[in-house]
Amino acid sequence: MLGASRLTRRFGGLTAVDRVSIDLERDAIHALIGPNGAGKSTLINLLSGALDPSEGSISFRGEPVPAGRPERMAHLGIGRTFQRSNVFPDFTCFENCRLAAQARTPRPWAVFEPALRCRRSKDAAERALVTVGLGARRNVPASALSHGERRALEIAMCLAADPQVLLLDEPLAGMGTEESQHTLKLLRELKHERAILLVEHDMDAVFAVADVITVMADGAVLASGPPEAVRGDRAVREAYLGEAR
Amino acid sequence: MDLSIFLIQVLNSVQYGLLLFLVASGLTLIFGIMGVINLAHGSFYMLGAYAAFTLSSLTGNLFSAIAIGVVLAVVFGYLLEWIFFSFLYERDHLQQVLLTYGLILVFEELRSIIVGDDVHGVPVPAALSASVPLGSTMSYPVYNLFISAACLVVAALLFVLLRRTRLGMMIRAGASNREMVRSLGIDIHLLFRVVFALGVALAAFAGMVNAPASSVYPGMGNQVLIICFVVVVIGGIGSVPGALVAALLVGFIDTFGKVFLPDYSGMLVYLLMAVILIWRPEGLFRESAV
Amino acid sequence: MSALRRALPLVALAALIVLPALAGKFYVELVAKIMILAVFAMSLDLLVGVTGLVSLGHAAFFGLASYMLVLAAPDKYAATSLWISLPLAVAASALLALAIGALALRTRGVYFIMVTLAFSQMVYFVFHDTKIAGGSDGTYLYVKPVASIGSWTPLDLGNARHFYYAMLALLLLSFAFLRMLLASRFGHALRGIRSNEQRMRALGFNTYAYKLAAFTIAGAIAGLAGYFSAVQFGFVNPEMASWHQSANVLLMVILGGLGNLFGAIVGAFALVLAQDFFSSLTKHWLLLMGGFVILVVMLLPGGLVGIERAWLHWRAHRG
Repeated sequence: MLGASRLTRRFGGLTAVDRVSIDLERDAIHALIGPNGAGKSTLINLLSGALDPSEGSISFRGEPVPAGRPERMAHLGIGRTFQRSNVFPDFTCFENCRLAAQARTPRPWAVFEPALRCRRSKDAAERALVTVGLGARRNVPASALSHGERRALEIAMCLAADPQVLLLDEPLAGMGTEESQHTLKLLRELKHERAILLVEHDMDAVFAVADVITVMADGAVLASGPPEAVRGDRAVREAYLGEAR
Repeated sequence: MDLSIFLIQVLNSVQYGLLLFLVASGLTLIFGIMGVINLAHGSFYMLGAYAAFTLSSLTGNLFSAIAIGVVLAVVFGYLLEWIFFSFLYERDHLQQVLLTYGLILVFEELRSIIVGDDVHGVPVPAALSASVPLGSTMSYPVYNLFISAACLVVAALLFVLLRRTRLGMMIRAGASNREMVRSLGIDIHLLFRVVFALGVALAAFAGMVNAPASSVYPGMGNQVLIICFVVVVIGGIGSVPGALVAALLVGFIDTFGKVFLPDYSGMLVYLLMAVILIWRPEGLFRESAV
Repeated sequence: MSALRRALPLVALAALIVLPALAGKFYVELVAKIMILAVFAMSLDLLVGVTGLVSLGHAAFFGLASYMLVLAAPDKYAATSLWISLPLAVAASALLALAIGALALRTRGVYFIMVTLAFSQMVYFVFHDTKIAGGSDGTYLYVKPVASIGSWTPLDLGNARHFYYAMLALLLLSFAFLRMLLASRFGHALRGIRSNEQRMRALGFNTYAYKLAAFTIAGAIAGLAGYFSAVQFGFVNPEMASWHQSANVLLMVILGGLGNLFGAIVGAFALVLAQDFFSSLTKHWLLLMGGFVILVVMLLPGGLVGIERAWLHWRAHRG
């Protein structure tokens, strides 16, 4: 669904992402792993349009996509979460998700119509909150949430916009075991009809849930394939899995 | 346009540009390093001019007035940062704008109470009161050349400070990355106080040295302030070289604008800013993230 | 919200309605002036309190509309029609806001503040330096606009009482319009931009377009206020577009409290009354004004509207 071809991004003298090609297929969870500084977050920024590439191209469903326009990407149905929770702190969880849902049908000129009368965005927000388990916290301001709850809110906001591709940047970071399990179960359900890119450090979680794994190091792809193939790949073991064990 | 008139306008442009640079460099450093938008910066220029007036009336000598004035400005800046500005760092831009606006009102009224509202002239020192002939009919005041020379010297000293001293290195680091400087263990409060005092002194010096050439009047600070904002926007916040280039650009456009389009000269500088914004919204030499 | 807090606006409204019957001409004119400034302040609140755009050049739109009224008259002693000169003035302000906004919104944060200041200075100089309308001296409006449609004249803008009620209606209509705007999807999106613009972009909102629309609407409403200000005083001068005017209205907004339009209205009343009070005390009242500004901003970050919350917060932290 979402594909990138020889994507490269340089910052001055540093090549953060080096000719990376990746394909996110429907009904699959594609995990992206690698040591810190491997370029994973930069890759997500490129795929979501937050950064424009120095070289390379991105296509969605076969059609090329204009670079560096996060609004465009969001409209195409590509949603993302952030590594450091990037919510609306003064709004309630509900409003956070409702705004995310509103983005799909913005209709800014409808000034006579109160936003809260729009059933669609309200229902989408409710559903998203319940799905991630924040239903009871709907009226709590986001700034009052615990760290794990805020990670869940990130995912809920992503879901409320009903995306076809989810780019998740370390969603489990800071979550307790129970919350992590819940989230992994959620991801398995979500992958139907959608493509998911999951950046994570938790190896158990990755091997438990991923259909395809890509390993990055120093901005380039080291290996890519089904989990067992990657687990057995010698270069990967040396560079990364050896350290983590 | 005849050569000697052209030369005069060029000299005027350079003089104006260098004066603007001195004031704007302080503004851009204070913003770049401390993240504070300071509307009262023009007041320092005004206070410098009035100080030159009162001190030179007292001492009878402009040079000693300027020397004393600079020392006073440094002390004043140091104290002001400590007592007032250090509370602004945590605040958002809106609050900084209004707090420093309140400060402008306070400074203007204090000046009004202490020195009065009259327009004053400051006598040019006898040693510099001659004029240099330019061509057969025109001449140019030596004092104006002195102003440009003095500003150039100060500008050069500023660049030496920034490029060749440890303090300068800390200032430049602070302008591009405040957090990093903090984590390097440098006493950030002292650095801020020094930078602020430096900015005040630069603006005050500009006011002092220019006082004999233009009169000393209420409201002179406000005009300089807004033009300096334009200079900082054009040059890029936090960039001293940018402020120099922008200040000279503004000096030339304003001076020649007054000659060729007197009715519209007030607007030309803003038009320049608009053009630059279309081309580069972060200014010519963007150095720090806003 | 306690019953008292809910009743306050209604009590205030009732007071405003009966004022002309109880007070003399001076107060009627003063309150009319304040109501016009309240409309001006609400328009800025849309930018600052709702969208998070700190504009230091809002007076440009106020001033332009005032001048448009004077310039719209074909000759000095002819009255213009309210129904022609008002839309003209407001449209001019809206267009200027669109033009300035399109450029200024390419910048962020402090740059934006400085740029809005500089553009409004440009407008100020157009009126100050050129011969468009009296230069730095300004111009008189010899005849007030006429509100007739055909032979029916619903109100006489020269009559203090008519003018007062017209301004009250203006205040209520502007308030209602802005409230509606804030409740709409557009308004929610603006608040989102203030809260976290980067996230709004990531969600798919074209934040530049939203900000530009808000800027233009705010400029148009400021123009509305500027027009009637000129009608009331019968005089326009460049100071109406000066940065002091911009700083003044910004002060009203922060004094009252950001983000809910009541704050802007309260701020307008509070500031004008404070200015009148201080200027009656001493010639050097600007010193008191400066101190007042500093105190208010330091101690009441939520403005007067938030004073109850600030008081509770202070009490809680003392005990």
